[in-house]
Amino acid sequence: MLDFLASVGRVFIAFLGASGRLTIFTLTAISHCFRGPIYVRLVGKQMIDIGYYSLPVVGLTAIFTGMVLALQTHTGFSRFGAESAMATVVVLSVTRELGPVIAALMVAGRIGAAIAAEIGTMRVTDQIDALSTLSTNPFKYLVVPRIFAGLVTVPLLVLVADIIGVFGGYIVATYKFGFNPATYLHNTADNLTANDVLSGLIKAGAFGFIVALMGCYHGYHSRGGAQGVGTATTYAVVSASVMILLFDYILTSVLF
Amino acid sequence: MTTTPKIAVRGLKKSFGPKVVLDGIDLDIGVGESVVVIGGSGTGKSVLVKCILGLLDADAGSIKIDGEEMTRLSRSRREKLMQKFGMLFQGSALFDSLSVWENVAFGLIQGRGLERDKAKTIALEKLGAVGLGPEVGELRPAELSGGMQKRVALARAIAAEPEIIIFDEPTTGLDPIMGDVINDLIVKCVKDLGATAISITHDMASAHKIADRIAMIYKGRIIWSGTSAEIDRSGNAYVDQFIHGRAEGPIKMEVRAL
Repeated sequence: MLDFLASVGRVFIAFLGASGRLTIFTLTAISHCFRGPIYVRLVGKQMIDIGYYSLPVVGLTAIFTGMVLALQTHTGFSRFGAESAMATVVVLSVTRELGPVIAALMVAGRIGAAIAAEIGTMRVTDQIDALSTLSTNPFKYLVVPRIFAGLVTVPLLVLVADIIGVFGGYIVATYKFGFNPATYLHNTADNLTANDVLSGLIKAGAFGFIVALMGCYHGYHSRGGAQGVGTATTYAVVSASVMILLFDYILTSVLF
Repeated sequence: MTTTPKIAVRGLKKSFGPKVVLDGIDLDIGVGESVVVIGGSGTGKSVLVKCILGLLDADAGSIKIDGEEMTRLSRSRREKLMQKFGMLFQGSALFDSLSVWENVAFGLIQGRGLERDKAKTIALEKLGAVGLGPEVGELRPAELSGGMQKRVALARAIAAEPEIIIFDEPTTGLDPIMGDVINDLIVKCVKDLGATAISITHDMASAHKIADRIAMIYKGRIIWSGTSAEIDRSGNAYVDQFIHGRAEGPIKMEVRAL
């Protein structure tokens, strides 16, 4: 019994320690965001890496999500003779929920892993220490540009994903189920408010911050060579994905 | 009248959990002096220089640079003070994502705000000083041999003409000839800059060539210090065993039978 309690206690203390380290890292990163210098070139480079190069995977995911959503909605709603609500369901589901979450999960897999691997390799090969010896703050040089880029580009990606997702639903509705294209688009536009899109973009900003932060945190604290970098990469993706779903619930509760 | 040492370390202690790595290090290094710290693997040589550089926080003790206490400095003041330092890392620690000249010019551009064109000119000069042509400047670190990477790292360490240069095992992993080339370059660069140098190594040929003074670290303490010429007749059994590379002696390696 005592062994069991000791194990629970150890896990709890480890959890508190990890939470404390993550909180300090987050606050340090945020404080550096408001203190210069800001490396604009690096922010631009990260925006291209996170935004531009993620477009194909996010676009593909979004179009299939929209198409599947239209298929499922039609199947369910046709039982009640409510197929006409399909356009509304697709556009609201995509903009408010699926666009931000699916895009963020894709970015977490692609970019969170890349950030953790790159910074982790820099850690285990002394490159981060080298930055310090060259009068360059590693937080400002490595963490801040990635956080800025995540914060700005994931909402832009989600905006594109929203459009492509709605287009996926439109293709299925018009070509498979024979909806009138003009009526479908009319229903889509009629039932969509600016608030629906905006709340999705606010979520996307938060998710972009989480993905960049988790990648940087796990990479920055990686230890022990190639295995340590691999572990950091896994933790970055898993923790970012879990936090995206957790904050999705919290933000949905607050925003709607 | 006594002159202030460039670097003065007093009672420096550092532990990682229950493992005591530095157990009260005392070391003075004068202006323009080249001190080599020798000692076996895991005796705390790298931890000592990381504490001096502020990359690790010491548990206790004092580190003074030009009389200014390093251990109680604010982060911004410490970043400013880092401009006095240049560092050659054991594994070179070149930035993979940058070209060779950008690596050499990094401290000039990011640390001192120099324009890229001017920084590139200086970087190519420094590459020339370590025997590398301008064509190397456009390559990536991954395209270079180990010896060339060490030379680029040396060029980066001296690019901003620092007052203090730290060399962490500069010849490790190099063949003896390339090791000697690096030693010659270190001596030349330190002399040309008039810099104070701390080198850590367990390569005695390198230590003899680089050092004005050698200090041996064992179990977290400096157990002997003297000139390069004195080390062969130190009268210290630990030093004798180490410099002659003998398995028998007071230093016991923990080797478990298979």
